[in-house]
Amino acid sequence: MDMQISLLDRLFDSGLLIDTGVEGVYARSGTFEDVITAFEGLIDRFAGNTGAEVIRFPPGMNRAHFEGSGYMKNFPQLAGTVHSFCGCELDHQNLIKCMAEGSDWTEGQKASDIVLTPAACYPLYPIVARRGPLASGGALFNIQSYCFRHEPSNDPARMQLFRMREFVRLGRPEDVMAFRGEWMEKGKELMGSLEMPVEVDVANDPFFGRAGRLLKNNQRDQNLKFELLIPINSVANPTACMSFNYHQDHFGSTWGLKTADGETAHTACVGFGLERIALALFHHHGLDPKLWPASVRKALGH
Amino acid sequence: MKQDIREILAKLGGLPVSVDTISDSADLYTAGLSSFASVQLMLGLEDKFDIEIPDHLLNRRSFASIDAIAETVSAVRAGQEAA
Repeated sequence: MDMQISLLDRLFDSGLLIDTGVEGVYARSGTFEDVITAFEGLIDRFAGNTGAEVIRFPPGMNRAHFEGSGYMKNFPQLAGTVHSFCGCELDHQNLIKCMAEGSDWTEGQKASDIVLTPAACYPLYPIVARRGPLASGGALFNIQSYCFRHEPSNDPARMQLFRMREFVRLGRPEDVMAFRGEWMEKGKELMGSLEMPVEVDVANDPFFGRAGRLLKNNQRDQNLKFELLIPINSVANPTACMSFNYHQDHFGSTWGLKTADGETAHTACVGFGLERIALALFHHHGLDPKLWPASVRKALGH
Repeated sequence: MKQDIREILAKLGGLPVSVDTISDSADLYTAGLSSFASVQLMLGLEDKFDIEIPDHLLNRRSFASIDAIAETVSAVRAGQEAA
């Protein structure tokens, strides 16, 4: 725990992250952002000319799509909904009075049509489904979004608002599994070029409650999720900086995604936790990127 | 007990085929039991048999067939009586 606080304090002291007074919500310095930009460039160079369609999402998504995704069945504790004032002038006066008194002013806030995006690929599936069946050979997307997860922590590697970069593959089961297998190798190679110690291990998502225990075990038994781990705060508990997920036909059947042959599409995604990877670089190579090893700087295009 | 299990499975399993066509030893995941339906099934079994399935039995094997479910329920009951 002390190590975590000290890493966060070092990041604040160096100005790489700026405290906002809320755990897990930080402003980033120019230097921090430059590292993320350089790393995204490295991802693209590693991916090569894949023809992936590039989509960048805002941090909020359509509430109806969020509801349809089933996220609340599995991760209600992590979701963040956007509520807004929708009252009349009298309600407004009451709101101001409550704020002035320090009492609860949020009672009259109403759910808007927006939910904070919980994972970068959630807004993608309904968009792809709307386009009709996939082309023969399936589809590949290069996406990025700010994501929100309600899990306040003083571990700088567990932010509440962070960016996730993903490649998402849709198609036949064998094609999406092959995609995931290739990226598990590429991921290790990519992180190796940055001279960071990595291991890949089977993993599970943080499903809620006792029912979630069953889902976690199911996910592990079926090898549906792997994570690439890099020590940031702790060698004993390294941090997941990439994940490799096979969703089977979960999103395909949820959204009616079809292959060119009319079968339910399977999906897989590879995700990069951009802030976590930047933190791993700062942790392993020091807080000043100008002093990082030449090979790392070269890999990042500096 | 297996008849009770079949009734719960028919109600909560969300299977694309009739439970009557599934043998006691048949693999329920192959028959179409989804992860989410297995959660519903688990909660239904706990309610019906008045048991709480412990964490170490919350896995795919425990719900893989009607036989496996019967074994799981029996094991939990035996454990609860012993406790």
